[in-house]
Amino acid sequence: MNFLFHGKRISGLLALVPQNEASFLEEMKNFNFPTGRSLKLKEVMGYDKHRLVQDGVCVSDLAVFAMQHLLSRGLLDRDHIDALILVTQSPDHLMPPTSSIIQGRLDLNHDMFCLDINQGCAGFIVGLIEACLLLEQPAVRKVVLINADVLSRKTSPRDRNSYPLIGDAASITVIDRSDARDVIYANLKMDGTRHEALMIPAGGLRVPSDAATAVLQDVGDGNLRAKDHLRMDGSAVFNFVQVEVPPMIESLLGTAGVGLEAVDWFLFHQPNRFMLHKLADKMGIPYAKMPSNIVEHFGNSSGVTIPMAIVSNLAARMLGERFRACLAGFGVGLTWGSMLLSLGEMSFCELIEYPNAGAQPQNDA
Amino acid sequence: MAHNTSMDGIAGLLREIRPEFDFTDSRDFLADGMLDSFDMVTLVATLDKTYAISIEGVDILPEHFKNLDTIAALLRKYKVPL
Repeated sequence: MNFLFHGKRISGLLALVPQNEASFLEEMKNFNFPTGRSLKLKEVMGYDKHRLVQDGVCVSDLAVFAMQHLLSRGLLDRDHIDALILVTQSPDHLMPPTSSIIQGRLDLNHDMFCLDINQGCAGFIVGLIEACLLLEQPAVRKVVLINADVLSRKTSPRDRNSYPLIGDAASITVIDRSDARDVIYANLKMDGTRHEALMIPAGGLRVPSDAATAVLQDVGDGNLRAKDHLRMDGSAVFNFVQVEVPPMIESLLGTAGVGLEAVDWFLFHQPNRFMLHKLADKMGIPYAKMPSNIVEHFGNSSGVTIPMAIVSNLAARMLGERFRACLAGFGVGLTWGSMLLSLGEMSFCELIEYPNAGAQPQNDA
Repeated sequence: MAHNTSMDGIAGLLREIRPEFDFTDSRDFLADGMLDSFDMVTLVATLDKTYAISIEGVDILPEHFKNLDTIAALLRKYKVPL
């Protein structure tokens, strides 16, 4: 499905990571693998450091901290937020929506639209599309998109397939009206027949969590995981990305009438360095135009890796320059989407930390 | 730089990843528990570097890494002389 938007732009971007940092070298002892094999994997996949929330920290804690950072510095006006979209796979509760919790904790206006979207690694694209759709309404002039996940809390520390790459993070993206000459092209596809490739089997109503679902089981390849934990079919996901993403990008650029060489930055979701380099090789994109350094420094934070790539590699330049950027996200659902837009001249673009000392669980019950 | 592109050469690269196995007898490394999906990724990175190729992501499938013959066939697809 193709989308076309006029007169919308990203005017500010803030990313947040927990101060708490873990190291793959220290965690290797938790996995049932010889050191040599783990070190080879570290080199190929780019595992190194990742940021993890401390016990009890929830998505709304990260989001509220990041929003307060913007509100207290005058970078965002609480009276001018018409919609708040939260994209997460790790909500505070099954109900109510975590976006409502965030709205309430920030004491924002009642005259606004709050929406939770359950999406993951394509969540930045899905959220931006939803923001642009809302901005088509006369009453909506500014949308705050929050991407946030604390999936380390749902990942087995004994699962080498998932745990070393998981990172917790949040981002705030402000999308508002702009010059009508700004054109955004996007496309999005979904295939629910492959929904089991990435899932947390227990904890919903189909398989409620209980003592049995919390028991670690040997799931092969030396990994231990419970049904309450994130399960990723790495081979299926890898193949899905390699098959679906290159034609998606070709279609997007073809629709826009733009060649690869006319794109300044390819800012893709970052599952691991190996997968990104294979995509770049296939599409003939120079590695220098496709940053792949987020997993090694911060971990894979699902829908936050694209904002992380921007604030980590281009923060200063995003304030005064403009670039033609191609974004792409792909993951749970399965879902894959991409967007071609102009990025830059933002009023803020920065990375902040959620301090350990402030990591107090919030009781909103 | 010359590379040993014989079957022994490929088996040697496999033994660098999993030194505890011989790799010359098995017909299905994955079914026999000699390689897992992450070893496959490590092997692809090793083959890319050793033979100065880039095996495409769509070719990183279990059937191409079952045994020495299937790996050799994959390398021939990328014009590696065997």
